[in-house]
Amino acid sequence: MTRPATARWSLLLFVLPALAVYVMFAVAPLVSSVVMSFFNTDRTLGSVFVGFENYIYLFTEPVVSARFWNALVNNIKYFAIHVLVEVPIGLLMAALLTSGALRRSEGVYRTILFIPATLSVVIVGFIWRLIINPLWGVVGFPLLGNQMTALPTISLMGVWQYVGIPMIFLYSALLAVPNDLVEASRLDGASPWRTFWDIKFPLIVPQFGLIVILTFIWTFNGFDLVFALNGSAPGPNYSTDILGTYFYRTFFGSSGQVADLDLGATVATVIFTIMLLVTALYFWLVQRRLRAHTV
Amino acid sequence: MTSIADQPPKPVVDDRRWSAERVLVHVILLAFVVLALGPIFVVIINSLKTTPAIFGGPFALPTAETFSLDGYVRVFTRGNFIANYSNSLIVTVSAVALTVVFSTLAAYALVEYRLTALVPILTGLFLIGVMLPIRLGTIPIIKIMVAWGIMDTLLALILVYTAMSIPLAVTLMMTYFRTVPTELKEAARMDGANEWQTFLIALPLVRPGLAAVATVTMLPIWNDLWFPLILAPGKANQTVTLGVQQFVGQFLNDYPALLAALTLGAVPLVLLFTVFSRQFISGLSQGYSK
Repeated sequence: MTRPATARWSLLLFVLPALAVYVMFAVAPLVSSVVMSFFNTDRTLGSVFVGFENYIYLFTEPVVSARFWNALVNNIKYFAIHVLVEVPIGLLMAALLTSGALRRSEGVYRTILFIPATLSVVIVGFIWRLIINPLWGVVGFPLLGNQMTALPTISLMGVWQYVGIPMIFLYSALLAVPNDLVEASRLDGASPWRTFWDIKFPLIVPQFGLIVILTFIWTFNGFDLVFALNGSAPGPNYSTDILGTYFYRTFFGSSGQVADLDLGATVATVIFTIMLLVTALYFWLVQRRLRAHTV
Repeated sequence: MTSIADQPPKPVVDDRRWSAERVLVHVILLAFVVLALGPIFVVIINSLKTTPAIFGGPFALPTAETFSLDGYVRVFTRGNFIANYSNSLIVTVSAVALTVVFSTLAAYALVEYRLTALVPILTGLFLIGVMLPIRLGTIPIIKIMVAWGIMDTLLALILVYTAMSIPLAVTLMMTYFRTVPTELKEAARMDGANEWQTFLIALPLVRPGLAAVATVTMLPIWNDLWFPLILAPGKANQTVTLGVQQFVGQFLNDYPALLAALTLGAVPLVLLFTVFSRQFISGLSQGYSK
């Protein structure tokens, strides 16, 4: 065994490079965003502590707050579509891949079905805009030009791209299900359908829950696909505006909106708080109970 | 540790004949394959056609008359493609290399010296980072880059991407280091190896982990649009993802060139992923499963 003093020094030296970069460019900026949200920067006065003034402005100024709630509601829809479409399809793919019906083709399917997730959103956005172009594409209706259909359309493009991710998570989880359980169920005469829902699925519920919460974090962190398709003031009439694009506009500015770093930090803190609350609630309430059941 | 490679053989259907069940599984999966690859295929075939042929029959294969490489020629003459490519390459390779080196060192120490007081706190800090949305810290990041005078440089991107990738990489490497037998390290120490030499002896045993970390971190870096847009928007520092985005805006009428740009932007990562998909998949599923 290493002597405690040696261990302490070695630990420090080994961890230092990773810790320094991670703290400096990830942890500290997040913390200082929270701090910034309580200050106002003025050209003459410098930074002044203003308490919750930025928050009050964000939630009460008519235009600013209306846009914020609109982006939040849109983001909830964006998440809901991903969870309701992407996760079930990923589960179906994973179930088929691990059904025992495939032999050598399993790896080929797994790789091919993940390929869209390796593309950049710029490419995904353009491919789909081409295919659904009302002039020559497969549908004669401006899906992206209509306030009702624009957000679901963009969400489904995201689903098309990222369905491979829940597939891989659930596929790995299903691979870890003990063979003898599956075999016993099969010998008892259970159909593959029953075997899946009675034996396999209950065992992968924790991973299923994890992919749902990761989808929540990723969609609430979303920006790229909407920006690539519709820019930073995503229309029509902000119907595809999500928190990421709203955040970008507040600190970067856009036509008709002045860049405001302090307000941007406030928006970032609000988004961060929403993510933190939902994730913490999930881990305390759901995941703990799931663990207790499966152990 | 369960990796894709060392799974026990799965129970397979007894008979080697094509049962109705097996046919159904293949039919559904093939339908998904068509959905996944079809749109990509449409872009590639159209990038090889003339403009009238694209609009005349967007879903038709190029023929002898409609085949044209003009789009590719124009991408290289009018776009900034070579520069964009080398920028993406520099950023991705540097950030991945830094991530692999730093996280391997850290993960080794967090596993090896786990009895030391600080370890649970440090491990927790890295673990939280797996879910931490680094983009929400963008404003202070801009301020740091401005203060350091590295705004609109590739270095700014490299630093941020390394910070972004380290938590998942550390968590992932820890699962690999836990499989290194203690006896091996103790034997090395008995032979007089110091802590650094002991680390070097353990290193070859986690080689699969290094590959997993490299492949998992590469993808989000290469494809990111947010940080190139904010930290390195200048023409000289644009990455492929941002370059293609700008190209789409500038050459909206030149469809062959646009489609060629899209194809060229996608090819490297699709190829890399296809080659390293096994490492990638085990990396992705293990990194988040803690």
